[in-house]
Amino acid sequence: MSVKIYKYCVGVEMIKEIRIGGFGGQGVILSGIIIGKAAALFDNKNSVQTQSYGPEARGGASKTEVLISDEEITYPKVKNPDILVVMSHESLLKYHKDLKEEGILISDPDLVHLDVISDFIDKNKIKVYEANVTKVAKEDIGLKIVANIVMVGVITKITNIISVNSVKKAIIDTVPKGTEDKNIAAFESGYNIF
Amino acid sequence: MTTELFIQGNEACAMGAIKAGCRFFGGYPITPSTEIAEYLSINLPKVSGSFVQMEDEISAIGSVIGASWAGIKSMTATSGPGFSLMQENIGFAMISETPLVIVDVQRGSPSTGQPTMVGQGDMMQARWGSHGDYEPIAISPSSVQEFFDFTLEGFNLAEKYRVPVIILADEIIGHMREKISLQDKIETFKRVMPKEGPETFLPFKNIENGTNPMLSFGDGYNIHVTGLTHNELGYPSTMSPEDHSNLVKRLVNKILKNRNDIVSCDFKYCDDADIILISYGASARSIMGTVKIGRNTGIKIGYFKMNTIWPFPEDEIAKISENVDDLIVVEMNLGQMVHEVERIVKDNAKVHLFSEIGGTLPKPEDILNKVRELL
Repeated sequence: MSVKIYKYCVGVEMIKEIRIGGFGGQGVILSGIIIGKAAALFDNKNSVQTQSYGPEARGGASKTEVLISDEEITYPKVKNPDILVVMSHESLLKYHKDLKEEGILISDPDLVHLDVISDFIDKNKIKVYEANVTKVAKEDIGLKIVANIVMVGVITKITNIISVNSVKKAIIDTVPKGTEDKNIAAFESGYNIF
Repeated sequence: MTTELFIQGNEACAMGAIKAGCRFFGGYPITPSTEIAEYLSINLPKVSGSFVQMEDEISAIGSVIGASWAGIKSMTATSGPGFSLMQENIGFAMISETPLVIVDVQRGSPSTGQPTMVGQGDMMQARWGSHGDYEPIAISPSSVQEFFDFTLEGFNLAEKYRVPVIILADEIIGHMREKISLQDKIETFKRVMPKEGPETFLPFKNIENGTNPMLSFGDGYNIHVTGLTHNELGYPSTMSPEDHSNLVKRLVNKILKNRNDIVSCDFKYCDDADIILISYGASARSIMGTVKIGRNTGIKIGYFKMNTIWPFPEDEIAKISENVDDLIVVEMNLGQMVHEVERIVKDNAKVHLFSEIGGTLPKPEDILNKVRELL
């Protein structure tokens, strides 16, 4: 092993912080992996994905966080998310408090009631998007379980951080063999909600 | 050719082990290290390797010692509570000079503590966990790429110096996902066979550089492997002050006299720094972030990331302490490596501790506040 001495090269870290919350079984962690993978492997950016650990069993609260940057990412945890995505009411209550001012909040209105934090939304000028991804997954694809991928489509469209082609490649690289077509269709349904 | 993957730290560790030539895993699954066992249970059989889930950790490390003496590169993975249970057999591996790799993915401690949260409480246990005088090698990764690279390097060091190597990872590095690049060509250390025949070969000879060729059972040599103090032939010699002194000094010196070959550290922005931050593992990412913010606001700070924990990077720490007033050691325990830094720095500079426990990663902004207090 050797000693490496670096020359100075200081830059400003422009990091986008994304947090996705839901209940175990919805596949929120998989959606985080897909977004992180799209950025790191196919968009030539840097990304770090972390997740809440333990309660992945169906029903418990589940959370994933993704950092995306053009530069090397040092601190690997989310401090104040730029984008918060909630697919359960519990995750809204638990995770909204440190959302950045003028940050983006995406929720599934059939599962989340935003009125309980309307003061927070007004005070912090939060940009709210309601995407009924579970309903779209059921109606367009015939499968409730692809709601997470529908949500990835919504996130891709609204945030503009990751490219459509890269996300599609990441989906194909990540989902179980034989389910690629349904998942890509789910992504496109989500992308077209807004 | 280079392959890029977006994977979890624990997966990268397991992949690095297979790349290094590891073909035996004996272990007892424990959070937050379980994914290493999981990956190897699926993938070791595919490369004609063996995966054994043992009944507990002391037997797990026992099986690894046995597999290594059978000529196979071997490892186990655990967390603090399991690492505690392994200590007796780690001492046996030290005195019998058995190459093996132990991955400790640290969590909140003591005892069963916080299974799913990060901690760095096992630093001194890696050094002094078993009884007696010995010198382990311990290395600490700060990224998914390093978890792969350091596991690979760990196997090479274990074989080269015939010593247990401890990979001191932590829950954050074990569980986060990042991009890693895998090179096709990887250097692995092959065991050296002795030149002498079975009649004249001394398997525990008191030689200058300390490390004898590693034989395996079945190679045609009669070897006696024991935890008792042994002579150069390997037979117990428990009443000879000379044999004991020669043996233990050789075990210690084969590591300490090769410190320059073993030790690895990363520096950045230290040349003109007023304050240098020191850390390792996941919290090294915190000091890297702190320096980035600090330098952008005109504060002259640098960082020193210890890749090697044991043997302690004494010369490197002494050197960086020459031209600064203050050093801050950042760690996720109530102060362990800070004492080692103090021991080396002496009066050259003031050594401060930034400690955070509970399972949260120190925030760069909080560390920067501590820096500002000192300026």
